[in-house]
Formats: sequence, structure tokens, C-alpha cells
Amino acid sequence: MSDKRTCLYERHIQLGAKMVSFGGFEMPIQYTDITDEHVSVRTACGVFDVSHMGEVLVTGREAERFVQHIFTNDIAGAPVGKIFYGMMLHPDGGTIDDLLVYKEGDERFFLVINAANIDKDYAWISEQAKAFDVVTENQSDLYGQLAIQGPKAEEVVENVLQLPCQELVFYTFKKMDVEGETIIISRTGYTGEDGFEVYASHGLIQRMWDKLIESGEAKPCGLGCRDTLRFEVGLPLYGDELTDELSPIEAGLGMFVKVDKPEFVGKEVVARQKAEGVTRKIVGIELEGRAIPRHGYEVVADDKVIGHVTTGYNSISTGKSVCMALLDIDYTKLGTPVEVRIHKKLQPGVVIKKRFYDKNYKK
Amino acid sequence: MAKVIEGLYYAESHEYVRVEGEFGYIGITDFAQEQLGNVVYVDMPEVDDEVEAGEEFGAVESVKAASDLFSPVSGTVVEVNEALEDEPELINKDAFENWIIKVKLSAPEELDDLLDAQAYTKICK
Repeated sequence: MSDKRTCLYERHIQLGAKMVSFGGFEMPIQYTDITDEHVSVRTACGVFDVSHMGEVLVTGREAERFVQHIFTNDIAGAPVGKIFYGMMLHPDGGTIDDLLVYKEGDERFFLVINAANIDKDYAWISEQAKAFDVVTENQSDLYGQLAIQGPKAEEVVENVLQLPCQELVFYTFKKMDVEGETIIISRTGYTGEDGFEVYASHGLIQRMWDKLIESGEAKPCGLGCRDTLRFEVGLPLYGDELTDELSPIEAGLGMFVKVDKPEFVGKEVVARQKAEGVTRKIVGIELEGRAIPRHGYEVVADDKVIGHVTTGYNSISTGKSVCMALLDIDYTKLGTPVEVRIHKKLQPGVVIKKRFYDKNYKK
Repeated sequence: MAKVIEGLYYAESHEYVRVEGEFGYIGITDFAQEQLGNVVYVDMPEVDDEVEAGEEFGAVESVKAASDLFSPVSGTVVEVNEALEDEPELINKDAFENWIIKVKLSAPEELDDLLDAQAYTKICK
């Protein structure tokens, strides 16, 4: 099956981006250099094409009860305009996907899901929806999406895109009428910096992208630095830190799993994990040297393999070689010495918190 | 356009050997460093390790990926370029100046199997 292209594909090619296959889409991994793009987002402003992300609209009388049923976070009593991060789980606690839920109204919720999981998620959502008085619609092909990220993002969105966004607080959104259509703008992102995400028609997303690039105020940034940025602040990537076989508790994301909620799919298992503990967990590891731990590499202690690396880099912001790794619970205490097997050699390191750089959100 | 230097021996896997007497300096070509992007780490063998023609002896790594290094010739490592431990980006500045390992050649006739500058230029596309 050939990869899909987003509405900005031609623009990526014109900008000379290096394209890769990601989540069923042909996406830019970098335009110039991952390090330059990463630093731009940490210090100024970058724009990402995230049109590959999937969108599902849930409407109907039982919309809230339905979302509560498939989602680990608790949206009860939330005001319109609020956004929640959480997961959809299998009955056995494994993670189907991590997602954002936008509350558009008491009977209207907008779900943003990972590109690679669109088919799987929508099949699950449709199946679960049968027992509820709701209508679900996969709107993934209708929307383009931009992420404008960095300490100067607010200035850029206000001045270049002419979208008033100053008053939006973290994890909220609003709808606006632009060029005769209704768009969604939210104060969200996946970089650990302040920033916004905009959902609109393909044509409008193209025009916004052109304005941003022509202004020179937002650097085009690829998936390469999107990964290094999210990694440094300890955000998970589905496929690395969350999988069908791994629960959010094991992934260290328990704060997004509200087991005091009356009911949701997978609750029994994750509630037990929260109460009784887990046998393995994702932690951070900092290595002494510069050797780079990468996805899948073995982690060793006491002469045995105790886990594997889920994501690792030589951190661009700190210069240290660090990784997230799924380890046997006996080795997850902070300060535990472990080794990572890199190119046949064992590189010494120590277990640390899985946050390698402090988030810089504007709350 | 990537630089190719006359007088060196080249492997199709984009390493070069600069021969001085019985020693060979092995590194990656300018074309290879261009393709790779910013080098952030070089994994090198240790002195006295044996390397074999066509076999992996280390890796050069960009932010995103590790690329294995293959030795164009067989021999014993007599020196590694320690400057690369702290400044791997030297490879991007000048890949031919900043060799990775120096080996004592054990089978100099292997050099005949490698490409000259002209032949190597043709595969740099």
C-alpha cells in the first residue's frame, strides 16, 4: 500500500525536505537539519505539518457517557473548550492509542488520534459506539493541521496568522470563523514548549502555511525534531512508549488514568496495577558517555537483560546521551546503575526521571 | 557536490583508505558525511582490535540514525582518532582530514579490489 500525502506535500518537496514514511503518510523528517529545527522550537518558533493526525467527531445524546467509556481521563463536568489527554484501552489494559479529547459541547466531542492508528481506532470506536446513542464520524481526511510551537508561537499566530490567541489557556481551544469557514485553534503541542495547533480545511491550511513560511517568523520543522523535542520532555510516542501490549500505568502515565471514574474499558486491570503495582515500567536512563542508546537496544544489569530502550538520543538541549526504557520493576528505582548494550559494548548509566529537559508551557 | 580526492582508495560503502607505507587511515567520504548530516557520535574500535575487509568495525551516528562502518581493508588498529570522541562534528568539517582509525595493513593486495577516485565519483549519486 502506498503512503498517503498531506495537503502540504508539494510544499515540503519545494522546500527540499527529506521525506520518510510515517504512520502511513509520506512526511518530512527534516528540511535543513534536525538540530537547527529543534533549537528553533526551543528558542523561537517552528511550524509542523501534522495533517497526518486523525480526527473523529462524536455527537449525540450519550456522547459524554460514550467518551467516558472509551477514555481513561475524566471529562465529567468539564466546560466547553476544555481539552483532555488520555488513552483508549483494550479490556486487558493494553493501549489502543493515546489521544486528545476536545469538548465542543455537551453532546459533541472531537477526538484527535495518531495517524498510524486511524483505522484501528475508528474500528474500535465504531464497535463500542453501537451500545450508545451516539454518531461517530471519521473526519481524518477533511482536516489539515498545523502545529506552531515555541516561545514566540503566540506572537507569530497573532501577527502572521492574525488569529487572536493570547487569552487561550493551556489545553483549551476555541472555534473561529476564518475566510468563511470554522476552524479550531488550541493551545496544545508535542514539544514541551508553548504553542498552538490549528485544524482547518486543506486549502486554508495551505494558505496559513504559506503565510508562516513567507514571513520567515516560523521555521518549517520536520518529524525528526518533533521526536527529539517530545522525547526530551518525556512525552510518549505511540509505538515506542505505548503499545497494544503496554498499559499507561506501565508507561508511567498513571496521572491520565482516573480509576475513581465509575467505568471505562480496561479499568479493572489498570486499577489493579495502580493499587498493587506493575512488573515493569518505563523510566529514564542517563549514560555516562556519548554513545547513543536507540529503540530496541538491550538494557542489562546483574548479567541479565532487564529491559529495552523505547526511545533514545544524544539530547540536543543538554548534550547528554539519555533514553526512555521499559525495565523490570526491580531496576526502576532512581539511581539504580544499569548498562545499555550499544554496538556490542555495554555502556554504563543510571536510572533517572524520564524528563530530560524542563517543559516551558505557558499556563 | 561532494569532494573526492585523488590517490585514495574507496569502498562502495563510502569509506576511504589513505595509505602511508604499511599503514592505512580509514574514514568516511565527503559524500557519506553529506548524506548522513550532522555527526553526533562515532563508535570506534580499540587499539589492537583486528578489522577485516568488508566487516563492520564501528558506526557513525547522526541525531536520528546509526550507520555501520565497514573496513575497506584488513589489519590491526594501531590508533583511533580520539579527537572525534569530543568533537564528532569534525567529520562534517572535513571528512578526509578527520580519519577514524589507523590500521597496520595485513593484506595490502586487498587495495586492488577498491575503487580509485574516478570510479568512486561515478557511484556518488
